[in-house]
Amino acid sequence: MSANVWQLLVDSFPDILLPGLIQTVPLTVISFSIAFVIAVGVALIRYAHVPVLEQLARIYVWAVRGTPLLVQLYVVFYGLPSVGVRLASFPAAVIVFSINEGAYCAEIMRAALEAVPVGQMEAGYCVGMSYWQIMRRILLPQALRTAFPSLGNSLIAMVKDTSLASNITVAEMVMATKYIVGRTYQALPLYIELAVIYLMFSTVLEFLQRLGEKRLNASVGREVKRIA
Amino acid sequence: MLELKGVRKRFGGQEVLLGVDLSVKKGEVVALIGPSGSGKTTLLRCANFLETADEGTMIFDGERYDMARARRAEIAGIRRRTGFVFQSYNLFANKTALGNVTESLIITRKKHRKEAEEIGLEALRRVGMADWAAHYPSQLSGGQQQRVAIARALALDPEIIYFDEPTSALDPELIGEVLAVMRSLAEGGMTMLVVTHEMSFARSVSSRTVFMAGGAVVEQGPSADFFRAPREERTRAFLASLAEERK
Ligand SMILES: Nc1ncnc2c1ncn2[C@@H]1O[C@H](COP(=O)(O)OP(=O)(O)O)[C@@H](O)[C@H]1O
Ligand SMILES: [Mg+2]
Repeated sequence: MSANVWQLLVDSFPDILLPGLIQTVPLTVISFSIAFVIAVGVALIRYAHVPVLEQLARIYVWAVRGTPLLVQLYVVFYGLPSVGVRLASFPAAVIVFSINEGAYCAEIMRAALEAVPVGQMEAGYCVGMSYWQIMRRILLPQALRTAFPSLGNSLIAMVKDTSLASNITVAEMVMATKYIVGRTYQALPLYIELAVIYLMFSTVLEFLQRLGEKRLNASVGREVKRIA
Repeated sequence: MLELKGVRKRFGGQEVLLGVDLSVKKGEVVALIGPSGSGKTTLLRCANFLETADEGTMIFDGERYDMARARRAEIAGIRRRTGFVFQSYNLFANKTALGNVTESLIITRKKHRKEAEEIGLEALRRVGMADWAAHYPSQLSGGQQQRVAIARALALDPEIIYFDEPTSALDPELIGEVLAVMRSLAEGGMTMLVVTHEMSFARSVSSRTVFMAGGAVVEQGPSADFFRAPREERTRAFLASLAEERK
């Protein structure tokens, strides 16, 4: 590789990384946090078989998982303005990623809740605890431990998916790279550089995931069950 | 102290309890024996409202309850005064031994952590598990887990404890330690209703033995008489089959 290309890579590195830090990372963190809240709510509704809400929850998960993320982004960002809902690109992306990720995480949380033996709930009742006390203090903590590895995987997948936000004009890393490619015509090295930066992000998350798992294992004195 | 009258329960088309009457006096240890599938577990579960009986009356401490229509507050009140020890221990997996014992003291009895831990450690001491307070259930043997489960019940100072085959899931060498704890509770005057396959325990610890088969009480009596001279043919056959198994 020529010295020019090296120089280009070095120069472009901060120009790609910076949008990553101020767009990709916040988009991921905010969306995943909202998604997690949605997921716990939906999982609780489905676990307890709350009438009507359970059907709605099912439809939500079905609709989100059965449609492409890119199409969901288009509907919200390019579609909704025609009915008067005009959103800036970043909030639109947050909404779509939250709702999308929420559906996937809801399924993970539901499976994890259902994997907690019924005896845990019954033992709680027998020492006089209420449904919500048992849910909050016994079932959810155990379900979270079970779900943790899968939630981590889902988060890592989501970081990569945020690249799609460039399609609705979010100035994240893909957008930034495209812009530099347009100027320099060095598509191969620049896109490889972009890939490497994504790889860095994923690697950091994988590291955190493993650290988290270790902590959780230590806090129940054993290895947590893994569910697919 | 506890009286159950005419308890009926069906699961789908299957009648599991056909109108069971059973009483336990204060300070009494009643052994409930019978073949597998005879409804013993279901009876205990109905008594603590883990299942809702289709029919039946419960008199608990002089108060009368309709078991099929008990209100949530009534159920909570009864559970507050009873302990339940499961065959499979059911310790909270995310809590230490001490955490298992203090959880309800803190959450439902509103005790301060420090006071709860004192009560909890005392309960663990009574079952010989105080040295294991910081261990998680997964780090304990079955016998140890069951002793912690007994401590969890004890810490809430129950008026009666139900035991559902507390030693059936244990390896033979661990059964003794759990039975020893139960024996000491009995000697301390605890009121207990114990479903068990341990005939030596029923004979030597319980004051009365009740034999159930096919969802009904077949025979009952003071344990000494019951084992010396069972009256019913079905009782004799059951005791003989257990003796056979032993060989
Ligand atoms: N939740 C349930 N649903 C359906 N059938 C049940 C349920 N629990 C118990 N049974 C049935 O009720 C009968 C009595 O069970 P159980 O009370 O566990 O007997 P025991 O404890 O004396 O062995 C069995 O035939 C069992 O299959
Ligand atoms: Mg049973």
